Amino acid sequence: MLMQGLKKIGLGLLLAMVTMVAYADYSWNFPEPVTPMALDTLHVHNKFMLIAIAIFFAVLAIMVYSIFAHRKSKGFKSVADKAPSTAMEIFWTLVPFAILLLIDFVIMGIPAYHSVIMMEDTRNKSEMVIKVTGSQWRWQYEYMDGDAQGIKFVSNLSTNDKQMHNEEEKGENYLLEVDNPLVLPVGVKVRILMTATDVLHNWWVPQFGSSRLAVPGFIRETWVQVDKPGVYRGQCKELCGKGHGYMPVVVNAVSKEEYQAWVAAKKEESAKANAGADKEWTKEDLVAEGKKVYEKNCAVCHQVSGAGLPPAFPALTGSKITTTPTFGADGKYLPDSHMDRVLNGVRMMPAWKAVLSDTEIAAVITYERNALGNNVGDVVQPSQVKAARQ
Amino acid sequence: METHSGNHYYVPHGSLYPSVISAGLLMLASGFIFSVATDTNKDLAYLQTPGEWMMYIGTAIILVMTFKWLGAVVTESITGQYKKWEDKSFRIGMIVFICSEVAFFAAFFGALFYMRIISVPDLAAFDPLFTPYKDFLGTWPSIGPGGMVLGTEYVPPADFKPMHWSGLPLVNTILLLTSGATITWAHWGLIKNNRKQLIIGMALTVALGTAFLICQAAEYHEAYTEMGLTLGSGAYGATFFMLTGFHGFHVTLGTIMLIVILLRCMKGHFTPEHHFGFEGVAWYWHFVDVVWLGLFIFVYML
Amino acid sequence: MSTTTVAHHDEHADHPTGIMRWLTTTNHKDIGTMYLTFALIMFLVGGSMILAIRAELFQPGLQLMNPDFFNQLIGVHALVMIFAALMPAATGFANWMIPLQIGAPDMALPRLNNWGFWLLPPAAILLTLPFTLALFGIGDGALATGWTFYPPLSVQGGIGVDFAIFSVHLLGISSVLGSINVIVTIFNMRAPGMTLMKMPMFVWGWLITAFLLIATIPVLAGAVTMLLTDRHFGTHFFDAAGGGDPILFQHLFWFFGHPEVYILLLPVWGFIPQILQTFSRKPMYGYKAQVYSFWGIGALSVIVWAHHFFTAGLPVPALLYFMYSTMAISLPLAVLFFCWIKTMWKGSMSFETPMLFTVGWVILFGIGGLTGLVLADVAADAQYHNSYFIVAHFHYTLFAGGIMGIMAGVYYWLPKMTGHMYNEKLGKTHFWLTAISFNLTFIPQFFLGLAGMPRRIPDYALQFAEFNMISTVSAFVLGLSQLLFVYIVITCVRGGKKASDQVWEGAQGLEWTLPSPPPYHSFTEQPVIK
Ligand code: HEA
Ligand code: HEA
Ligand code: HEC
Ligand code: CUA
Ligand SMILES: [Cu+2]
Repeated sequence: MLMQGLKKIGLGLLLAMVTMVAYADYSWNFPEPVTPMALDTLHVHNKFMLIAIAIFFAVLAIMVYSIFAHRKSKGFKSVADKAPSTAMEIFWTLVPFAILLLIDFVIMGIPAYHSVIMMEDTRNKSEMVIKVTGSQWRWQYEYMDGDAQGIKFVSNLSTNDKQMHNEEEKGENYLLEVDNPLVLPVGVKVRILMTATDVLHNWWVPQFGSSRLAVPGFIRETWVQVDKPGVYRGQCKELCGKGHGYMPVVVNAVSKEEYQAWVAAKKEESAKANAGADKEWTKEDLVAEGKKVYEKNCAVCHQVSGAGLPPAFPALTGSKITTTPTFGADGKYLPDSHMDRVLNGVRMMPAWKAVLSDTEIAAVITYERNALGNNVGDVVQPSQVKAARQ
Repeated sequence: METHSGNHYYVPHGSLYPSVISAGLLMLASGFIFSVATDTNKDLAYLQTPGEWMMYIGTAIILVMTFKWLGAVVTESITGQYKKWEDKSFRIGMIVFICSEVAFFAAFFGALFYMRIISVPDLAAFDPLFTPYKDFLGTWPSIGPGGMVLGTEYVPPADFKPMHWSGLPLVNTILLLTSGATITWAHWGLIKNNRKQLIIGMALTVALGTAFLICQAAEYHEAYTEMGLTLGSGAYGATFFMLTGFHGFHVTLGTIMLIVILLRCMKGHFTPEHHFGFEGVAWYWHFVDVVWLGLFIFVYML
Repeated sequence: MSTTTVAHHDEHADHPTGIMRWLTTTNHKDIGTMYLTFALIMFLVGGSMILAIRAELFQPGLQLMNPDFFNQLIGVHALVMIFAALMPAATGFANWMIPLQIGAPDMALPRLNNWGFWLLPPAAILLTLPFTLALFGIGDGALATGWTFYPPLSVQGGIGVDFAIFSVHLLGISSVLGSINVIVTIFNMRAPGMTLMKMPMFVWGWLITAFLLIATIPVLAGAVTMLLTDRHFGTHFFDAAGGGDPILFQHLFWFFGHPEVYILLLPVWGFIPQILQTFSRKPMYGYKAQVYSFWGIGALSVIVWAHHFFTAGLPVPALLYFMYSTMAISLPLAVLFFCWIKTMWKGSMSFETPMLFTVGWVILFGIGGLTGLVLADVAADAQYHNSYFIVAHFHYTLFAGGIMGIMAGVYYWLPKMTGHMYNEKLGKTHFWLTAISFNLTFIPQFFLGLAGMPRRIPDYALQFAEFNMISTVSAFVLGLSQLLFVYIVITCVRGGKKASDQVWEGAQGLEWTLPSPPPYHSFTEQPVIK
């Protein structure tokens, strides 16, 4: 692998120099662009890189020539710079100055100006709006308008723990796969609103050429218009704690028809889930459902076994909160109780009320109290969660 | 350089004070960290008491060593080790030091301007469809829209009042400006070798500085007890207390230095030609004065 | 009109010996030596940390450490390398060389000078102590936010963040003291006839560095102070709920952080032309142009900071302003490059180790600088930002531009400082090993970044595996080569061929008129410059 790599590097250097302009081989350059913005970015990058490489080799060539020609070992006697006339000195400093002025502010400056205007133009002609919320360590997507309005889901890393610890063969999309990808129609300009709930995150798909910081409490915007159907993968790009390497972005760009079908299916699904919220669940169903929710959302910190990673992330097995009652005599949940913690979070523990549905919260609490080595025996119903939210 | 031909430059003896002070600072800093460690990790409560002790010891070391160090400088000064050449070093050094203090204040002023001009209005200016803060106006003074970040909910106090400029702050402005005049008057006395004028001027300056501090304490007391204005009162509270508090800290240091200089004046340490110690402190005091004017305008009046 | 400058305590030679000598010294050479030694040790410490990182990144998957520890290592690696290795090394040279080069008896404020140094070990302890505490179950380790401290992550962090904040405070005091000293020394201690425009470039570099430090270090101190109050005293500087903004911190941090990169390199840009002229046996070209470029760089450096967070959502006019002003920095740098190359041109060059390092430096720093220029483009920066492309850019500037530059200086002045020649053959070997393995470590990172690998991740997707593997292997070679450097320096300090006063055939400047090593008190007679 190493030798192969070395070969690749040598080849790459060559390629990079020769084919930068043609961007034929994407593994030496930005990945294939699929949005107008990424295409623009790639052009800007290629052009600028080419100029930089040209300057570099020009300067290098002069130096190398001098190194070989003007050396003492060859008997070269130093030729003192004839104290250059001030006019000459000024001339010789102004030449590179002028070249660089041209490069910086004309050859590069003007296209860069247009690119910036294009990047920041999020609203004109945009046909739909989605909101992306970063949290430690998952993305949440919400469709804000049109047919899909109201669709809202969480997208978690789906690579399993065994692959990460080298106990299992790594899959093709190791670390770049999620349970619920964002689905977008192709050819549509989508305005993306960006925010976060805890720390800074950065939503980035290399092939889209857009990346924007998600700042808690603020809303930032960017846009994408995917022109080619496909599955595109990226990652969170702002250090956001221990799970920073584990919050991939996966976008599934599909034709408009497929998109419509997906929207319809998603709507139906959520209608079903809402119906579930009103019914009375059995303990077994809740625990089974809760296990799924737990492993998706909570196991990153509290571990699959519930043992946590003390001291930062407490164990849930046998912890005081998971084993003492959640509701007081009046039917309201107690402060610092299990329900309070999961709904509202505290310090490093995220608040889940905006992320999980009533059913999911009820299920995960029931699961934590009746599995993971706990055996409290009580059940939390979705209706109780609904009441607790008020 | 023409000013010091024939001189030799005084290089002091080796000295332990700097390294011991640094050790004291290490103690103080780690002690502080231990004593507040519970804020981020409740399992570390047991560090609090040792932390506090470390802070006391660290502070004691720093104070004793500073005292001795300055004492050594005073001795060197009155035994005539410092001639014009050294004197010039001290002057340039003091000017550069004051420049660095300007930059320090600039950071806090920068925070104030940023919040007033950028972040607070921004929070109110989202697309009305999507704003999380529907009723937030984004005008200054502001204590923020409230919300939940990192698991602690912040609810802006309802009965918030900003500090008005015309009460104690105005008095304080007058006090400080007057003290700037009295210290200059004392300096004239020193140059004319009029010891009485010097000592009265210095004593007045010390008194005015102390009065300023008392007024500021009263102002803070009022803010906390009656106006609902605390460090935690959003953008306004944070910038208000940070700027005035940091300034007050400088006034405190300045007053202590003024007292030392007053005592040295009484002992007759300074001559009309040779009194860098006096001037250094006077410069510092003027700097504190100017910063206050900035505060008065940007924090209180506008 | 030469003037006597015997220092006071020579009259009763009472130098303490052993540890007390170093604890109490007020001598600029002793203090310079301590700075340089400290820098070397911390370079090894910072390097060992990153070798652990590179080992973890050798292959996909988590092998050696958990992600949290990984994050701690990268941040502390950077802080150690920048604040405890590169800056002290530059300050060490300032202490050694500024008085020698301007003909001064010592630094102007010797006791403060001693304090400036002795603040560093406590600062280094504060930075690294949390690792040790965590071993004993106290707290959860050092700061895990990267060296940039961005809130809210740093508000969320544990005691490691507090330790780092206070470490930065101490480092800040140390830098401010050092700068005061440098400025006063340069303005007040020059030998008669040494006008400002006759000062060696290194002294000029340091003068601008000191100005930048005075203007920016306190801003960093202010920023981390606000972070401290946000963490412990309930303020809302960086919290939208209270009307604050996390981006405010980025503004303050980079208002310091960008000038910081020139703070690190200006001293190097100072002695590079001096070395070039020595080994080209011809006076440097364009002295005045270089001095004005230094001023230009100093002035531009404080108005371009926001290019570090182009993707944070700045308004369009701000994006454009920061893009164009950042590009403008290439103008003075092009002048410098031009002068350097013209200095070599038609010189009678020979390639002893310092010259090898310098020539290599010019090429490698050129790569770093030119990629920097590319980064300034807002549109493409959306891709580069926080990818390995950035990591490669700043190692070309920081390791090649900083550390290799400092090494050129070490080889250049070591014979002067110790009185012995180092082993030339080993020195050359060290250069070639370093240059080759350095490139093999960081060139792959350019490609990783372009292909989309974000920085600061403990584990990565399979398509990045090969390049990471090469990078890791080369990083280990690079690390081991530095042990050779340590060996060369130690043997040179302990003995070796006697160095002549001038040491290098073409060397010019006051420091070469003194014996090697210079006497404890450099100039008993202040020299007069015509
Ligand atoms: C010593 C360190 C150093 C130096 C000198 C530089 C120099 C420069 N840097 Fe770099 N930079 C860093 C250290 C440094 N940088 C670090 C540490 C980071 C990352 C921080 C972090 O996020 O952790 C960073 C990140 C960084 C970014 C942010 C990227 C991002 O995060 O998105 C940008 C963006 O503009 C940038 C730009 C530049 C520019 C324009 C220069 C210019 O000064 C370069 C000027 C040089 C040249 C232009 C080349 C020389 C000229 C020639 C070869 C001659 C040409 C001749 C003729 C035309 C005749 N740097
Ligand atoms: C002056 C600054 C400087 C220097 C010299 C270096 C030197 C090196 N850096 Fe550093 N680095 C930074 C500044 C610097 N770095 C900064 C600012 C960051 C950003 C951090 C952040 O994201 O916040 C960074 C981040 C960074 C990363 C990215 C981490 C990440 O984002 O995940 C990587 C990855 O490869 C890396 C590698 C290296 C390597 C291989 C070296 C090598 O050159 C080191 C070579 C030296 C040695 C290896 C020492 C030799 C010692 C031994 C062989 C052992 C000796 C044994 C004992 C002491 C017992 N660095
Ligand atoms: C970001 C990591 C993280 C994730 C993800 C997470 N937790 Fe937590 N959790 C914490 C931390 C940290 C605490 C301790 C908070 C404190 O007291 O400071 C905690 C505390 C708790 C507690 C209280 C334990 C006790 O005894 O103090 C419960 C119950 C809990 N979490 C449930 C959950 C559930 C349910 C989920 C998923 C839906 C979840 N957590 C996901 C980090 C996390
Ligand atoms: Cu989210 Cu990194
Ligand atoms: Cu920069």
